[in-house]
Amino acid sequence: MARVSITVNGRKRSAEVETRLLLVHFLREQLNLTGTHVGCDTSQCGACTVLVDGRSAKSCTVFAVQADGAEVTTIEGLADGDRLHPLQEGFWEEHGLQCGYCTPGMIMSAVTLLHDNPAPTEQQIRDGLDGNLCRCTGYQHIVNAIQHAAASGSGR
Amino acid sequence: MASPVLPKLVGQRVKRREDPRLIQGRGTYVDDVKITGMQHLAFKRSDIAHGRIRSIDTSAAEAVDGVEAVFTGAQIAEFLGPMPIGTPFPSPDHRAVASDVVRYVGEPVAVVVARDRYVARDAADAVTIEYDPLPVVVDPEQALTGQPAVLHADFPNNAAVGPLPSGTGASPKAVDDTAIDQAFAEADVVVSQRMVNHRLAPTSIEPRGVVAHYEPGKDAMTIWSSTQNPHILRTFIAALTGLGQDQVRAIAPEVGGGFGSKINIYGEEYVAAALSKRLGLPLKWVEDRSEAFLCTIHGRDILAYVDLAARRDGTVLGLKLRLVADIGAYNMLLTAAIPTLTMTMASNVYAIPAIRATLTEVFTNKTPTDAYRGAGRPEAIYFVERAMDMLARELGVDPAEVRRRNFIPSDRFPFKTQTGAVYDSGDYAKALDRALEKAGWEGLKAERDAARAEGRLVGLGLSMYVEVCGVGPSSGLPTGGWEHSQVTVERDGRVSATTGASPHGQGNETTFAQMLADQLGIPMEHVRIHHGDTGVVKQGIGTFGSRSQAVGGAALHLAGGKVKKKMAKFAAALLEAHEGDLVFENGTISVKGSPSSAKSFADVAGYAYRPVKLPEGLEPGLSEEAFFEPSNNTYPFGCHIAMLEVDRDTGEPRLLKMVAVDDAGHLINPLIVEGQIHGGLAQGIGQALIEEVAYSDDGQPLTGSFMDYAIPRASDFPRFELESTVTPTPVNPLGAKGVGEAGTIGSTPCIVSAAVDALSGFGVRHVDMMLRPERLWRVINGGQA
Ligand code: FES
Ligand code: FES
Repeated sequence: MARVSITVNGRKRSAEVETRLLLVHFLREQLNLTGTHVGCDTSQCGACTVLVDGRSAKSCTVFAVQADGAEVTTIEGLADGDRLHPLQEGFWEEHGLQCGYCTPGMIMSAVTLLHDNPAPTEQQIRDGLDGNLCRCTGYQHIVNAIQHAAASGSGR
Repeated sequence: MASPVLPKLVGQRVKRREDPRLIQGRGTYVDDVKITGMQHLAFKRSDIAHGRIRSIDTSAAEAVDGVEAVFTGAQIAEFLGPMPIGTPFPSPDHRAVASDVVRYVGEPVAVVVARDRYVARDAADAVTIEYDPLPVVVDPEQALTGQPAVLHADFPNNAAVGPLPSGTGASPKAVDDTAIDQAFAEADVVVSQRMVNHRLAPTSIEPRGVVAHYEPGKDAMTIWSSTQNPHILRTFIAALTGLGQDQVRAIAPEVGGGFGSKINIYGEEYVAAALSKRLGLPLKWVEDRSEAFLCTIHGRDILAYVDLAARRDGTVLGLKLRLVADIGAYNMLLTAAIPTLTMTMASNVYAIPAIRATLTEVFTNKTPTDAYRGAGRPEAIYFVERAMDMLARELGVDPAEVRRRNFIPSDRFPFKTQTGAVYDSGDYAKALDRALEKAGWEGLKAERDAARAEGRLVGLGLSMYVEVCGVGPSSGLPTGGWEHSQVTVERDGRVSATTGASPHGQGNETTFAQMLADQLGIPMEHVRIHHGDTGVVKQGIGTFGSRSQAVGGAALHLAGGKVKKKMAKFAAALLEAHEGDLVFENGTISVKGSPSSAKSFADVAGYAYRPVKLPEGLEPGLSEEAFFEPSNNTYPFGCHIAMLEVDRDTGEPRLLKMVAVDDAGHLINPLIVEGQIHGGLAQGIGQALIEEVAYSDDGQPLTGSFMDYAIPRASDFPRFELESTVTPTPVNPLGAKGVGEAGTIGSTPCIVSAAVDALSGFGVRHVDMMLRPERLWRVINGGQA
């Protein structure tokens, strides 16, 4: 067991955890932040993507103890109060989701994608999503959603 | 009464109402359900493909701190009966947890109940099992020789079903081959090819999962499951746990995709329910992705010997289709029925005068197959369309033209095919023309030829499809072929409606609200659609076979019509008008021609619940239900065109262009329809290019994770180009046909045809999927495909 202290969505959370506990399970099971999902066990699908110290990371591939002292943002912490994040707006406007299971991870990945490249081309968006799998949408509306967010200046 | 005029919503690109919760991480999927005292299950699974269990030692597992109990298959069999199936075909004994013989890698052999999922997994790993290995068979044609293994003693030569005949002159009593033999005797050309429509993993991004909570004090069970059909789940869970259906409440919370794989009721669900009842504890099991590849059903896996007979002018005279379906180790819910759809749809969009289809289903040491998006229809369309393409090539005719020559003419509907399907409506030439125009077919041909002149390997493929959706009436579906809805106008004029079509991404909360808002003349925000909970939705079947709109939407429309009719009676009494003269719009009910004579929708609703003068013959309240059963299936259709390039050095295929023209009848929400088609295309293209479940000869899965099984990524696709034609169906009041599977069905064959076209300079006629670069490289380098 080890003691961790992680700032999640702006709130400092401390807990005794098993050293093998994955960050995603810390978020989901201990903090009840179930918006972060698990879709695989080989670090491919990206459903678990969160921001660790401002950059997207697959929380299934990080132990909670590795995030000790870090700032973590999950999908629940992305909106500014009642105001949706431009990427959330984009996904809604452009029908960027169907079952919604991949969506939190897609959005969190896209946050970093637009941060690094505020005006990406379509191909850059598609390449930038290589770490995130969606089985429902065929990606086209996800691409549109990210373009929508980019057009509204999300990456600035 | 200066309220703004409400727009008509049906046919509009309305944003989804499901999305705000899902984009903020506020949806509740099954793994998000927590109950006080809940324990977790983990399964110990067979790591060999075929063997007899000699011994199981659970002592080390039981000793793990936090373990509540461990059960072997033999112990489970004491209180849980065999797995039921939903088809009339004979089926071998199949247990949720094996007790003597294991027949595929991943089959459960023991189950652990523990404090949390980490402990449960540790303990499952600590169960030790000794097997006496048995010979393994993975090739279906070899399995039919009965060598080297027979999986089930009652099924000699591993033949699960058949050979079943279908088509011209096939009746239950006899098979008359005269017509088909004559067609082949008269033919100028016969194209013959063995083709494989290979095995796929459905792979919803949310794995399966279940929470079972039996409450002894109530003698009642609540079961949450990632399922496409909670009512069917309820039926089977009740039957296997010895409870009445009134004692079981099944809930499909948010469901993270299904694609057919979550129609089934799986062993893990039965075990969770049975153990919860036995232990009096809430229990959760959630599948790992690596388990999903082993234990969630697979799809497709049908091989065909196709012979197509035609005249020199391209007129098709006859089709022979000998099908062998590799269904894996056991029958699941609909397993045996799925390949029969391949026979049913063998005529595709063509007026083929003579067809002989035969089907044999075979047991092998693999994961069982069942419905995966398209379910039997993609296979049929693939076989026929590849053969049509080969015919076009043989005759030197444009692939579009050879198809056009054989279309069922638009004035011949309803059209009965030689395999017994009765197509409701269709205009295939229109879809073809729209697709050729949209793609710029002649221009594409010139582009292709120019690329070839530069030495590039570019090809074009075209396919036509018709598929079967909205399955009904009940004679065609073991679950019943209807759907149910109840529409309630509440006292405040808001509307609550239920649907048995339990969605998993289809957006029914939006489309159904659009429909009711229009029907009742109220804002969409005043309508709420309830689904996925048998405690709230009284009856239902579920979401599969692209039936939500065609059957579920129709039931909603009928229930809405009934409640509207009753409401008109109350309004007529209030307004002293004739009920036939009332207009429902903009949140008011008014008398036609005298708009000042009106009541608000909410006032009439309130009156219906406190009718101080109850109109004669009327009961108070506004809540009406409807069951809708269609008289026939619907048959959507379309035309897909692909352009593809193969890298000469590496053999790697790259999709350059994808055009899809689909006709699903009337569309409620074109935005959602596009999403459905995009997703379908992605899966159909995935099959052609990069997806394949593979086994070694000893039955070990070689594609057990996302590291080995490729589902498409965003960078695998160009931007899809879509268009619709609209040919309504007469079999339901909406004229909607269904669209969930279309993209998957139409796209696969045109991708393969494009690859064959790209490689035509190397003398190749056909290449089996998936189009692995190595396979194409061999063609380029003079080897066999
Ligand atoms: S759950 Fe983390 S990548 Fe799949
Ligand atoms: S929306 Fe279902 S997996 Fe992406």
